[in-house]
Amino acid sequence: MSPAYEPVIGLEIHVQLKTNTKMFCGCELSFGDPPNTHTCPVCLGLPGALPVANARAVHYALLIGLALGCELAPRSIFHRKNYFYPDLPKGYQVSQYDVPICSGGRLGDVRIHRAHLEEDAAKLVHVGASGRIHGADESVVDFNRGGTPLVEIVTEPDVRSAAQAREWLTLLRETLRQLGVSDVNMEEGSLRCDANVSIRPAGSDRLGTKTELKNMNSFRYLERGVEAEIARQVALVEAGGQVEQETLHYDPVSGSLTPLRSKEEAHDYRYFPEPDLVPIVVDEAMVAAARAELPELPAQRAERYERELELSADSARQLAFRADLAAYFEQALQADGAHPQTLANWVTGELVARVGDGDPAASKVAPAALAKLVALLRAKTITPGAAKQVLDALVAEGGDPQAIVEAEGLGALGGGDELDELVQRALAADPDAVAKLKAGNMKAIGPIVGFVMRETKGRADGGEVTRLVREHLKL
Amino acid sequence: MSDAIELTAAQAAERIRDGELSARELFDAYRARAAADAGDLNAFTWVADAAPELPANGAPLAGVPLAVKDLFCTEGVPSQSGSKILEGYRPPYTATAVRRLADAGATLLGKTNQDEFAMGSSNENSAFGPVKNPWDRERVPGGSSGGSAAAVAAGLAPWALGTDTGGSIRQPAALCGIVGLKPTYGAISRYGMIAFASSLDQAGPFTRDVTDAALLLRHMVGRDPCDSTSLAYPGEIALPQGVDLRGLKLGVPQELTGDGIESGVREAFNATLALAEQLGASVETCSLPHAPHALSAYYLIAPAEASANLARFDGVRYGLRVDADDLLGMYTQTREAGFGAEVKRRIMLGTYALSSGYYDAYYGRAQQVRTKVAEDFRAAFERFDLLVTPTAPSVAFRLGEKLDDPLAMYLSDVCTVPMSLAGIPAISIPNGLSDGLPTGFQLCGPAFSENRLLDAAYVLEQALGFDGSEARA
Ligand SMILES: [Zn+2]
Repeated sequence: MSPAYEPVIGLEIHVQLKTNTKMFCGCELSFGDPPNTHTCPVCLGLPGALPVANARAVHYALLIGLALGCELAPRSIFHRKNYFYPDLPKGYQVSQYDVPICSGGRLGDVRIHRAHLEEDAAKLVHVGASGRIHGADESVVDFNRGGTPLVEIVTEPDVRSAAQAREWLTLLRETLRQLGVSDVNMEEGSLRCDANVSIRPAGSDRLGTKTELKNMNSFRYLERGVEAEIARQVALVEAGGQVEQETLHYDPVSGSLTPLRSKEEAHDYRYFPEPDLVPIVVDEAMVAAARAELPELPAQRAERYERELELSADSARQLAFRADLAAYFEQALQADGAHPQTLANWVTGELVARVGDGDPAASKVAPAALAKLVALLRAKTITPGAAKQVLDALVAEGGDPQAIVEAEGLGALGGGDELDELVQRALAADPDAVAKLKAGNMKAIGPIVGFVMRETKGRADGGEVTRLVREHLKL
Repeated sequence: MSDAIELTAAQAAERIRDGELSARELFDAYRARAAADAGDLNAFTWVADAAPELPANGAPLAGVPLAVKDLFCTEGVPSQSGSKILEGYRPPYTATAVRRLADAGATLLGKTNQDEFAMGSSNENSAFGPVKNPWDRERVPGGSSGGSAAAVAAGLAPWALGTDTGGSIRQPAALCGIVGLKPTYGAISRYGMIAFASSLDQAGPFTRDVTDAALLLRHMVGRDPCDSTSLAYPGEIALPQGVDLRGLKLGVPQELTGDGIESGVREAFNATLALAEQLGASVETCSLPHAPHALSAYYLIAPAEASANLARFDGVRYGLRVDADDLLGMYTQTREAGFGAEVKRRIMLGTYALSSGYYDAYYGRAQQVRTKVAEDFRAAFERFDLLVTPTAPSVAFRLGEKLDDPLAMYLSDVCTVPMSLAGIPAISIPNGLSDGLPTGFQLCGPAFSENRLLDAAYVLEQALGFDGSEARA
């Protein structure tokens, strides 16, 4: 991007809540069940049916509001947002408009504008080549999803790059996951993100005309989509053009951005207060109940790791953003004398490399065992290479690291005769390297160390080997 | 059998319980009259073709048959709200009010004709043809619950359910010479009532006398978990009693009793005021300063809500669908073919009132007027127990007389709309004839004052001694 322009990005996130039942009726939530098996007069919009707000969804909205530092409205109301579409059975969506349940707030470095409750639309499936409603041979509707509770979170335009958008959304996802209010799966649509993108001359505080990007259904697509839109706007403005306010559909396959047809776009939603619902009245007890359920959230936890354990910002975040890793790490930390940063490196590095996205607590590596392994390493009882072999053994069979070290003979070779003799053999075997070393080319030490490591199966301490080489060659 | 037809519902229920009358015979007698459309009224859109399962002995309503306005959803039975767009629609569930009455032992006799989606004051806006007034077949029965009113007046049903949004129970009750009660908003669940205007719609009884109204109301009120705007009724609806009106303070709002009230209606009204005084009530003029604006506010709020409520009739899931080349074509052609002229007029009015740029001037302002009207009533009820007005400004008018003049038609509700906006209960009782046609006397009270209202109406009813048997002939 040209440094002459600064992107200004705001995000709108739809979060499907993980309640038992839908927002306004008693139908169970489902994913992947046969179409139209979770419906009733209310969520089908049959004549005469009336909505009743789901108390659990309100509770979840309060949890989200507290987690995002929002102000919770003591009284908020629903509106009707009117438009015709086959996935909208009543011809209006019940949503909150000018009196949302949560307003203001902040998560990380991005301010929250508001968060409100609403109902999801049904799922429209277009049969035919285009995959969209225009030009489809026919369209069918699955009302299972219709009426799923949603919280829509709207940020202030505080995001300044596509990468920051992605990173912040990761933080939000982890926050919501740890609240337990949603599956937060972008591919399955339980977390959806639209972005409002504009650019302005660097240093300006004026907001440019924004476009709205939709359909970025993964973190990667969000970053790519926003990047593509920033590039498009910069190119447009640099060529003397002007950005038009419009809604763009991101195609992840081609990477292209296409405007939605204006007919789909030009809506006067004719919002008015939903007369079928009474206001949501939030009392002290409801707030207290939500507060009592609030876990330590990723942003706070990362901050605590940095402050109290002096972890690097990266390590702190990697641990805090995965509740299972953080829990595992904190358990391992209970061991006497555990060194937080080394332990953190091993949890987020070697352990994750071996157990992947799964919960490490479900692996055969007990947190205390990992702590002991790290302690052995710190005491130079074993080398890093040997430690990795021990971890392999722990992942495969579990057990006690000390016992594995002894059974496998993986203990580090200290500065004793055995190592000294090996170093001398290595030097004798490679006069070429010795000559280079004597000429001052320290890179030539590689083959010498490699020889020793091969012979000791990695148990030698590389630092000690180097020291012995210098000693013998009087470097 | 004609003797049984002459019984009120409460009397019939009592005889059935005492073993003096067979519930089945009573049902068959009414069924025969309704099915034959005795009197050529076009009051029913559907009549039960077989005698239903009768309730167990001891059920409070004892199997007495009930006519139900078309817009109440009744499982497996056509529920069309008077509209072509719902022609033949049979819902998979039953409205709470109807279910509660069935649980109390009422049996479904039939569904009654109405103005399409309850929009109208003459029952001429029905896709299934107009209903005629049993007192004069050349005249309208009032609306929108015209079928229910005519059926009860003509003895095709002992009682009936209707709905009132701006007068749709009280005005046809007045024009047909029977009792009609609109309860406090929220007293009866709206679940399963095909909506016209959600913040105004209320179910209520059509009966031959005040006692029957109380009896039917008693079994409908109460909080329904399926309707969040419904309320727990404080106390119980009692059967009305009293011999005089001593100590009762009646207010007569000058804004609803002045110009525009037909002379015959006014005379009957004034005569009943004098009667009330004789019975011990004090009668005094009072003021509802914002009432003259109520009708305008109503004709913004109700159409606005209706424009959204009727959006679901889109041809996608049920009811009429006119296929077209594309989605927009299907929407427009389905709605063009399915809705009548008055419904289209109100959808357009409501859509306009909610449009961006007009919302504050129309819908927003109308809501402010609504608040003022409610405050007027609150202030009045600090001085008066009940307020009284004529129910409708005129007797039943001729079929077709006001069809081309929507404003004249809308004025039929001038005396009933203010109470709807305020959400307060009101009852219309027969108030004698003017030129051979019934007039109505309306009493209204504060929210949840139904018992007080019923008692006063009962005392007046006894003193008036109105005889409606002529319409059942
Ligand atoms: Zn449902």
